[in-house]
Amino acid sequence: MRFDTSPAPHVIAGYSVPRVMFQVLLALVPVAVVQVVVLGPGLLLQVAVASVTALVCEALALRWRQRPSLPTLRDGSVLVTAVLLASSVTPLLPWWLTVLGTAFAVLLGKHAFGGLGQNPFNPAMVGYAILLVSFPAEMTRWPVPFGVDDSHGWGELARLTLTSFYGGAVDPAWDGYTGATALDSIRNGLEQRYTMAELLARGEVVGTLGARGFEWINFAALAGGLYLMARGIVRWQIPAAVLAGLLLPALVAHALDPGAYLGPLTHAFAGATMLGAFFIATDPVSAATSDRGRLWYGAGIGLLVWVIRTWGGYPDGFAFAVLLMNVAVPLLDRYTVPRIYGRARD
Amino acid sequence: MTTRNEFPSGLVLDAHKQPVAAEPILDVAPPARLRFALDQGSGVVLEPAVAVGDVVAIGSVIARPSDDFGAVLHASASGRVIAIESHDATNDDGGPCIVVENDGRDTPDPALPRGPIDYTALDPATLVDRLREAGIAGLGGAGFPTATKLATARARSARRLLLNGAECEPWICCDDALMRAEADDVVLGGRVLMRALEAESCVIAIEDDKPAAIDALRAAAQSAADTITVEIVPAVYPQGAERQLVTAVFGVEVPARGLPADVGVTCQNVATAAAVARWARSGVPLVTRVVTVTGSGVSRPLNVRARFGTPLATLVEAAGGYRGEPLRLIAGGNMTGRALATDEVGLTKSINTLFVATHQDLAARLAAVEVACIRCGNCADVCPAGLLPQEIHRTALARDADGAVRFGVWDCIDCGCCDYVCPSQIPLALRFREAREWLRERDRAAARAAVARTRHERRERRLQEAVAAEQRAFDVARQQARGESAPTDPGTAT
Repeated sequence: MRFDTSPAPHVIAGYSVPRVMFQVLLALVPVAVVQVVVLGPGLLLQVAVASVTALVCEALALRWRQRPSLPTLRDGSVLVTAVLLASSVTPLLPWWLTVLGTAFAVLLGKHAFGGLGQNPFNPAMVGYAILLVSFPAEMTRWPVPFGVDDSHGWGELARLTLTSFYGGAVDPAWDGYTGATALDSIRNGLEQRYTMAELLARGEVVGTLGARGFEWINFAALAGGLYLMARGIVRWQIPAAVLAGLLLPALVAHALDPGAYLGPLTHAFAGATMLGAFFIATDPVSAATSDRGRLWYGAGIGLLVWVIRTWGGYPDGFAFAVLLMNVAVPLLDRYTVPRIYGRARD
Repeated sequence: MTTRNEFPSGLVLDAHKQPVAAEPILDVAPPARLRFALDQGSGVVLEPAVAVGDVVAIGSVIARPSDDFGAVLHASASGRVIAIESHDATNDDGGPCIVVENDGRDTPDPALPRGPIDYTALDPATLVDRLREAGIAGLGGAGFPTATKLATARARSARRLLLNGAECEPWICCDDALMRAEADDVVLGGRVLMRALEAESCVIAIEDDKPAAIDALRAAAQSAADTITVEIVPAVYPQGAERQLVTAVFGVEVPARGLPADVGVTCQNVATAAAVARWARSGVPLVTRVVTVTGSGVSRPLNVRARFGTPLATLVEAAGGYRGEPLRLIAGGNMTGRALATDEVGLTKSINTLFVATHQDLAARLAAVEVACIRCGNCADVCPAGLLPQEIHRTALARDADGAVRFGVWDCIDCGCCDYVCPSQIPLALRFREAREWLRERDRAAARAAVARTRHERRERRLQEAVAAEQRAFDVARQQARGESAPTDPGTAT
């Protein structure tokens, strides 16, 4: 008898990139649910627009690059990019900005560098950063979370979302429903020489644990992230290091001068902290690759986020922190190669 | 006592072996025709020591190595050499072989010693030579001559003997069955090897998923408990890889590009030890081995003892024949085994398992679609050599030789763990083999280029010297001519 002589190993576990990406999307479901409850239905629209744009852009890019399109479109990676970008931007973002950001993420962030596995920058953050520096007003106008005051209900949030999403002028009467995020208003307040105590006493910014409303979104992201860790898709190093890099300086600064610096708990449950730590910083393609490298990488992101939140001019620091640390990855990878079995440490 | 799993990581795989290992080892009747491959699996092609028409007996030397990296090969049946076939590359038939027609009489070679060998009376160096003449080779799958390994260990004064009964690869259970059935032989072989090494201690390492083998060996080793001990190691693939086992048992790492002997250890498979015992008990060289015949593609998986040269098809028949649609005939386990093109080749010293794989066994591999590496790091998590396979892959793909070497392409032990867990389904182990081959070829090309350059430079120098010599001769001749003719030269006269 004659047999096939393919090389060993003859058995594999059958893990696949689509399955990994699907798990990431699954873990984002709680984030989506909570955000819809807290900030209105905008996220669903953002996700829909970003996903369609991402798939179209990826198909076009693959066509231009003369690569087979079906296996890549099916691997789910571009959907993860789209959903992460959609979850990071304000749910009030006009649709055409979402299209623009997603197109930049996929075309410039991913395919300009050679597609899946080749991109040095986190594509979703490339799209986010371009939007933030180009359209700061639109990007920083967030809905006031549901339940912060009694002035508006979820129905108003939904109407506001739709109007804003289609790019219509928002009724001046709704001014009270939109505003800066907690992190943003605290920083602005401090710049206007309010004391931290005064700002916190206003009540609308800081809730039970962290930023009003956003604390629950962060909890959902933390839950999703822990799920990914349990499934072995996310390793502990990056999220742990991001949180340590952000919270340790916050703790020290807050202890030294509580009037000028937000406490670690507020930082942990405000803005994009948990989404960033578990879903964005953990993109393996653009992160450092060894365990030790991932610790440095995550710590760098956390520290930069704290620095940007504390002294920077942007509402949150994740996009820039991640992109800056992406640049540092080749260096980290160079100096964090683990010791090989049987070799002396060099 | 269970030794901690000390090497970086590895995999816990479905073993697929328990029921088969408990069954008795079946003796396979010698076939009418035996085919002895001149490459017994160690990569060394032996020189035939017989000619067509020669009469051979059990234990007659039929082929010898030209260096110390091959083991002497003996006839496993009596009869006549009917052909010495050369390699048919187009047919991928397993290489050149000696074909012996079995006369069915099982006559032993008259030159062999009769009865047991008093190994305690032999001095250790002589004992090593006798083991070499007995054709003893590593039966764990490498087929490396035991005597060469012992000689190296003696030269480096490696006084600790490690008998490898880990048998970590799925489906393989020939060592498990052997340890259960012939524990006394394993211990006796250990004693002989200890004598050859002048060893101080002998550790028999067995994975914790083989309690029956552990019990059998503990009982067998009772009488020698002061020097021979049984150690239990966790069932983690690739626990049985030599370096990884040395680390698990002794807590030291074998240096990169070094040998276990560098840390004072010599590693031998338990089946090799049992083979040494058989020789010591009977004086008959190594002519049989135990083979696991298994996989979804055979009717009745089992362990058999068969003579070298027995066609693999005969072994499959002993296991009830093929079942379903056998796709691959794998010599070895499903992680590192070599897929053979045909079942007509004869059993060699290095085939410990015949794994007949059907679609059921290969489903995930056959369905694999390779996509780009996403640097997830699964491979680095499981690599037992502590490598970053994703980085070797990246550098090898970019043909960055220095990078690939720095990230440890030569430290890779080819276990296939990285392939197993890769979500991008990249055949990493194969890529690394190709990278090593490319690096070797690059070195060879560099060596050839260096030789060519030297040759060219020497030729240039010779030519220059020849021209210079000619010029000198010419100058001398002219001078002489001028000197002699000067007085009569009309030109100078004017």
